Amino acid sequence: MNVCFVIAYLLFAPLLGGLLDGTDRIISARMQRRKGPSILQPFYDLGKLFSKELIAVNNVQFLLNLSYLVILMIAGALLFFGADLLMTLFILSTADMFLIMAASSDSSPYANMGASREMLQMMAYEPLTLLIAVGFYLAEGSFQVSDIIDAPVSAILWMPGLFVGFMYTAAIKLRKSPFDLSTSHHAHQEMVKGITTEMSGPALAIMNIAEYYELVLLLGIFSLFFINSTWWSWIVAIIACGLVFFAETLWDNVSARVKWKSLLYSCWIVTLVAGGVNILILMLIK
Amino acid sequence: MTIILFLIGIPAVFALIFPFLHNQRIRGYVVYTGAGIVMLTTVVFIAQWIGNGAETMMLYPSTESVDHLMTVGDLFLMCLIVYLSIKYGKVLPILLSVGQTALILYIEFTTELPEGPHMAVDWLTILMCLIIAFIGGFICIYTVGYMKGYHNHHKDVKDRQPFFFSMLFLFLAAMFGLVLSQNLIWMYFFWEVTSVISFLMIGYTRSEEAVSNSFMALWMNLLGGLGFAVAIAWMAKTGGSMQLADVISIGAQLPLFCLSLAGLTKSAQLPFSSWLVGAMVAPTPSSALLHSATMVKAGVYLLIRISPALEGNLTGIIVSSIGGLTFIMASMMAIAQNDGKKVLAFSTISNLGLIVGCAGIGVEETVWGAVFLMIFHSVSKSMLFQSVGAAENSLGSRDIEDMHGLIIRLPKLAYIMGIGIAGMYLAPFGMLISKWVALRAFVDSGNFLLVLFIAYGSATTMFYWTKWLAKLISYHIPRDTVKDVTRKDEYFSMFFHAVVMILLCLLLPLIAKWLVNPIVSELFGNSKDVLSMSVLATMAIMLVSVFIVPAVMFFVSRASRRELVPIYMNGVNEGDNRFFTNSFGEKEHLYLSNWYLRFEFGRRHLRIPSILVAAAVLVLGFCLVIGGVMIG
Repeated sequence: MNVCFVIAYLLFAPLLGGLLDGTDRIISARMQRRKGPSILQPFYDLGKLFSKELIAVNNVQFLLNLSYLVILMIAGALLFFGADLLMTLFILSTADMFLIMAASSDSSPYANMGASREMLQMMAYEPLTLLIAVGFYLAEGSFQVSDIIDAPVSAILWMPGLFVGFMYTAAIKLRKSPFDLSTSHHAHQEMVKGITTEMSGPALAIMNIAEYYELVLLLGIFSLFFINSTWWSWIVAIIACGLVFFAETLWDNVSARVKWKSLLYSCWIVTLVAGGVNILILMLIK
Repeated sequence: MTIILFLIGIPAVFALIFPFLHNQRIRGYVVYTGAGIVMLTTVVFIAQWIGNGAETMMLYPSTESVDHLMTVGDLFLMCLIVYLSIKYGKVLPILLSVGQTALILYIEFTTELPEGPHMAVDWLTILMCLIIAFIGGFICIYTVGYMKGYHNHHKDVKDRQPFFFSMLFLFLAAMFGLVLSQNLIWMYFFWEVTSVISFLMIGYTRSEEAVSNSFMALWMNLLGGLGFAVAIAWMAKTGGSMQLADVISIGAQLPLFCLSLAGLTKSAQLPFSSWLVGAMVAPTPSSALLHSATMVKAGVYLLIRISPALEGNLTGIIVSSIGGLTFIMASMMAIAQNDGKKVLAFSTISNLGLIVGCAGIGVEETVWGAVFLMIFHSVSKSMLFQSVGAAENSLGSRDIEDMHGLIIRLPKLAYIMGIGIAGMYLAPFGMLISKWVALRAFVDSGNFLLVLFIAYGSATTMFYWTKWLAKLISYHIPRDTVKDVTRKDEYFSMFFHAVVMILLCLLLPLIAKWLVNPIVSELFGNSKDVLSMSVLATMAIMLVSVFIVPAVMFFVSRASRRELVPIYMNGVNEGDNRFFTNSFGEKEHLYLSNWYLRFEFGRRHLRIPSILVAAAVLVLGFCLVIGGVMIG
């Protein structure tokens, strides 16, 4: 059973991620009173990127990019296998580390700036990520994903504050405005494409596929808040993930990029207020 | 077990030889021999102990003549401190030193001290001996090559190498004595010896900064020594025993608090952390040996020893809060540093804070985590200090900014540094497992503040290590070629550390089973598997995959054809990625710098508030403990 989930994740996460990306583009376009591309546009893009010649600025960047992808896949596989949530999150950070290394390895000014900002972003979202794992542990008595989804009631009832906090910080992970400091979907800004500036062709395609894996992994964590031992909770979880994704897209479109200080301080404060208070209450009542 | 005598005696004898050895080559060989003999003796000692059934041993019940020798030793240390303090015009060390020595002498001559074992051997002692002998021994070997480079590089410093080696070996002897002692007066003596050696080594260069920093280290450590002396006095007058084990079984708050104070000063916790940062003026081997791998571990060693008595009481809460606070504040201050050794110093303080926090909670899981943290921290920090020292000798600077693209310029050192950094924070290396256990144990013990501290502290820790690692692996065309002046013996030691680091990670389940679980079960009287074998096995698999993935990808990416192009610089790249055309149409050098967030996380802003908070907690705790004694 668990193995099926893992295989499904490894095979279909890029497809699902690509479709979600396509949906995101259409929704964004409609919000801006444009028609937008076809829902399959991300796949056309990937196809074209893969057909290009591999151009690189050094010999290690591609290696680090590939490692980023594979380690992300491992992190996701752990989550969908029902393994330890804290471990999954640690591996997720390790994967991100490889992305930062890939970007810094080229001594390029824009990519380096992106990498520095990516590190700062990690510092901003990391506390809440750890607190989420702690929250699940307090609410369900285990770090194991397989135990969390077997709980009699959904975790969201115990940890609404952490859920709100996670929605806030997930914008960083999803590279959504106002927190798209390290890279963005548009290459005309002050830091060009930031962390992906020096990635092109197949390397950029791999980076995109990795982001799709990450998107599905994050939605998996969101759904953990809802899934319990009943069958219909899975449907609730899927609907909730859809809503979360829509909310992030909406936020992306209505906000402008903030400076790093606002990012760091606001994330830390949200973590403290929404996450910290939630944890404190859980500790007192559990 | 007469071999204990050799364990302490051999390094002490070697320490006596060095002042008479002025030939550099011969001295080098003597150091190699000495380090080898120390390691060999330790192996024999451990083999003997395990051969005898690996039971806790209590040794040497009556040792009158040695006791007298130690009294003389205490007096000698006091005279030395008084002399040097008068010479450099300091008052505080004299007061502290005379005060505590007088207190100890008064107790010794007025109180009929009960008989009891003076030394004890158990698993925790064995672990400490392993760290002292092997990490310490290899650092001694490293020092031979390093000091040659150091004096080539620092012409202004007077060459006092015989003295330096003497102190190194004397320190090893004192550390062995410290971890083997069970009698508090003996332990106190060795404790004072390590404080004084640290003081002398920080002042090695005799520059103004070195002297003032060394006196700061001295008075802070003497304050801890005073705490130790008060604990001894209380135990002699009220407790009726001189055994460390009895401090735990009696469980009275005042001696526990005083011993904790000693532990906190020794392991440079807030508000006493300034001395460790100041200690970085000393030559790197002493930073590696005293100020990260072993001497500061004596502080956490003492806290781990008394941790079973700290669970849930006032002293425990104070110790764990101060540890947690130190963990996060020191990691924030590390962000703003660009001096490699300063970053390592703050990171040492911060990691020791986590260990102290674990010890203060005082349950099986946290102590399990603390012991693991201690093992991993010793190895990887010693390795990092050595590689930074070696890089400094080659580059002429230990600024992290100057290590841009070290992987191109000094590849071997960059790999060693990289392994050390990865070991400090990346999944699934050892430090992270300990952090994982600590986090769970903090949640279980219901300590909300510590959970928050660890959540935020991990994030800040991640930031300063990542930016250093990113600096190391930046590929570029170097401005000037650097000659690697690192000597063979330095590499020998660093490679040893790197191999140990990787083995520790791979063999983690076995170390947990054979070394750490016995330590925990001896301290708490019952054994409990903190992490199940399946989790540990998962970790090992993860570890292998993190090694294997990049290795496989290396071959995959090598197989692919690619064209190398210049980096993007807005179309003004001058062609070799090093220069761009500026707005005057001139060639300008590209310079990339890390983020230091000085205005947010700088020491200037955080140091005073964090010291004040920690001092307030400590004073408040002291008042409460004293109040408790008065009422009780």
